[in-house]
Amino acid sequence: MIEGALWRKWVFYNIPLILFVFVLLFPFYWMIITTFRPDGELYKPWNATSYQPFWTNNPTLEHIKYLFEETSFARWMFNTMFIALASTLISLFCGVLAGYALARLNFPWAGSLGTVIFVTYLVPQTLLFIPLAQIIRNFELGDTPWSLILTYPTFLIPFCTWLMMGYFKAIPKELEECARIDGASRWKAMIYIIIPVAVPGILSSGIIAFTLSWNEFIYALVFLSSPDQKTVPVGVTSELIRGDVFFWGPLMAGALLGSIPVAIVYSFFVEHYVSGLTGSVKG
Amino acid sequence: MAVTAVAGAEARPIPRPRRLEDERWLALALLMPTAILLGLFIAYPFFEGVLLSLTSQRVGVPGEFVGLKNFVKIWNDSIFRTTVWNTFWYTGVTTVFKLALGLWLAMLLNRHFKGKALVRAFILLPFIIPTVLSTFAWKWMFDPTFSVINWTLYQLGFITQRINWLGDPDLAMTSIIIVNIWRGVPFFAISLLAGLQTISPELNEAAAIDGARPWNRFWYVTWPLLLPVTMVVMLFSVIQTFADFQLVYVMTGGGPANATHLFATYAYQLGIGTGLLSEGAAISLAMFPFLFIIVVVQLLYIRRVETR
Amino acid sequence: MAEVTVRKLNKKFDLTHVVKDVDLQIHDKEFVVFVGPSGCGKTTTLRMIAGLEAVTSGEILIDNTIVNEVPPMDRDIAMVFQNYALYPHMSVAGNMAFGLKMRKFEKAEIEKRIKRAADILGIGELLHRKPRQLSGGQRQRVALGRAIVRDPKVFLFDEPLSNLDAKLRVQMRVELKKLHERLAVTSIYVTHDQVEAMTLGDRVVVMKDGWVQQVGEPLELYNTPANRFVAGFIGSPAMNFADVTLSGGDGKLWAEAPGLKIGLPAPIAQRVNGRNGAKATMGIRPEDLHIAGPADPGELCFDVEVEVVEQLGSEILLDTRAGNSTFVASVEPTLRTKVHDRLKLAINPNRLHLFDAQTEAVI
Repeated sequence: MIEGALWRKWVFYNIPLILFVFVLLFPFYWMIITTFRPDGELYKPWNATSYQPFWTNNPTLEHIKYLFEETSFARWMFNTMFIALASTLISLFCGVLAGYALARLNFPWAGSLGTVIFVTYLVPQTLLFIPLAQIIRNFELGDTPWSLILTYPTFLIPFCTWLMMGYFKAIPKELEECARIDGASRWKAMIYIIIPVAVPGILSSGIIAFTLSWNEFIYALVFLSSPDQKTVPVGVTSELIRGDVFFWGPLMAGALLGSIPVAIVYSFFVEHYVSGLTGSVKG
Repeated sequence: MAVTAVAGAEARPIPRPRRLEDERWLALALLMPTAILLGLFIAYPFFEGVLLSLTSQRVGVPGEFVGLKNFVKIWNDSIFRTTVWNTFWYTGVTTVFKLALGLWLAMLLNRHFKGKALVRAFILLPFIIPTVLSTFAWKWMFDPTFSVINWTLYQLGFITQRINWLGDPDLAMTSIIIVNIWRGVPFFAISLLAGLQTISPELNEAAAIDGARPWNRFWYVTWPLLLPVTMVVMLFSVIQTFADFQLVYVMTGGGPANATHLFATYAYQLGIGTGLLSEGAAISLAMFPFLFIIVVVQLLYIRRVETR
Repeated sequence: MAEVTVRKLNKKFDLTHVVKDVDLQIHDKEFVVFVGPSGCGKTTTLRMIAGLEAVTSGEILIDNTIVNEVPPMDRDIAMVFQNYALYPHMSVAGNMAFGLKMRKFEKAEIEKRIKRAADILGIGELLHRKPRQLSGGQRQRVALGRAIVRDPKVFLFDEPLSNLDAKLRVQMRVELKKLHERLAVTSIYVTHDQVEAMTLGDRVVVMKDGWVQQVGEPLELYNTPANRFVAGFIGSPAMNFADVTLSGGDGKLWAEAPGLKIGLPAPIAQRVNGRNGAKATMGIRPEDLHIAGPADPGELCFDVEVEVVEQLGSEILLDTRAGNSTFVASVEPTLRTKVHDRLKLAINPNRLHLFDAQTEAVI
């Protein structure tokens, strides 16, 4: 690239970048500092003289303790994990098979079906939550994890299918032709050759699907009612706010701990996540 | 013959017709699980939702067919009109800012510097972390009494009075918009960065040798080549923003005085909160024509951009 | 071991008709090469024999059994692809074992076969490597090995050498030839390179626009091409063509063009008889032209101007012009000549070809 003097580099590149990073990460810092700050320091008015917002000298674990002792937070974590894993696995299973069919098989309506998948990919959850709540009740799935495990795939499958189509299309078709000549049926060629080769794509889709289901809110809010069935986002929202009173310490502790599993998965697979994300917008 | 089969002849399977060898049957089998799940939980609810919106059903009351009465009712509802206006304002403003800031950030990242991978990984955090949870952090930062933002502005001497971020209708909308931009910029930046990286630096260098200034290089070389990716990113973002729920639900719950409702939050408040199921369904469905038009227009535009 | 028979084979993709009425009889242990420019239908024909493309009409028989409806896995063939198509997630040994595992061979038998094939190809050292760790030539060998272990009825090759660099290609060509001699399996080989076709094939099938142009042994195609296309396609440098008018007089037939008047030798003249005044294309290979000497009769000679001199060491290629027509002549490397020199060239009359101007068939 074409670059000039050092001061220009700082003014035009480094300082703006530092500002971006600061603003994007500050809320997380705030989450962390609040988690470990005692209530006495937390609730000081914004214009109080002795207010020291950015640091605390009296770190405490009381909020985290409250979370585990007074609420079902551990249970919510388990629910969220179970639901996210199950719905991710179901979506990967369906999405990989459907993506394979749409990307590599010739059959009538293949093109139109691809478009249908793309359009369902664009259907937001908020469009259908009220009738879906009724259907869930009719199927007697209300207030069970299955209400989410079966409905999350509606937005995860189109996403996985779309992403996998891109990965499958990039694999040379000679690979499965060779396998079929080598004595494999179409099914075996898919299982033994194409799917193993597409593992990076499957990882990407799986990781993104996992974070998306961990993130989901409105279905969980509407379909679940008893405290023990809730997921982290819904539990934190409904159980740590009493009327107008916000329990900010435990709230932030819950937000922090609830984010950690996603952050860990993400940190292990950053490259897969990014390639999946950018693959999904390639169209 | 150097390599002669000993057991080969018997081991070979006898040719027989196999149904899954036919591409059409295999495709059908592979698409079946997807079709069942999507049919059951997308197509069926959509159909049910349309029926529901035409009845007077509420929680505990079966209701009866009332035609388009619900739609007439919401049309005359001043909160619904505010909701429509809010949704468009919210979508429009955030999209412009997300695009501008995302593009800027992408260009800042599109060069070599130490720790680039780390910066990129951290920048995506707002997009990864569950929205509800990070929005709570913002809500805490905007707290009327304990706001760290107010504290900072006060210490820097910009304000003497507290700013009631979420209590004032206009400021509440602005606050929500800020949080949405904060959450959306990383997605724009990373996607556009991927787009930028596919543009050969030689093109920019050639333009520079031809005498193009930086702004011209951007406008005549980078931007046109980036346009297809930009359009797809915008498509996703606009739809997600238009149908947003969790951010507003956590920040204001549609308040103060129903001033910050979006389609989804108002539908939730009427349909689930008040129990007016059919009216809630009608509001949700009212999103559909708007979304449909947005998708069609953008897809047509994308097709035009990509084929030219 | 097997014969492959193709009867009235046709293939249509939507509206394009890519293979037209192909009839072929490939004998047991024969090495047959399909050659032609890209889009001539040679690869599609091969893929139909493999079972990768459905047959539109006609029949394919392997070992006297119609296999039109038999899926590729049951045809007992092996194929080597242009891009090798090695399974990237399997080791070399895994690649070679895959076909045998699919056919449920016993482990000991699989290992024995892999070892033999690896010995033949000299890839014993590579068995535990992954394809991405191999060079182009090594990948090529593994692809061959994968076909060999299968011990199939028929080998199919789809331009297997075209991704190699020139030197390696020549080396692998020789090895393929040796391999076929050693294994003696019916082989069908597709290429667009006429040198590969000439050197490898027991018989060569020349295709163009979906039609078979000519089937024959390499020298047969070289010496007696059936039409202008085959004549121009086979042989390097390519045959010279000149548009001529046939004229008769005093018991002698002439091929005439501006700056050119050649007396046709008696055998051709007899066949041409009665076409007086007709248009035709005259063809002569560069190696059948030489600098005219005192022994050459005047009716076989013509004057040319040298336009380019290509010194190749073992020979010189002269690009020359006579009126509207250009001729490349292969001459002795000792000849001293330069651009714009005027020379007299003579034709070897037994090697003159004449083609109908409309049908392009040989006269």
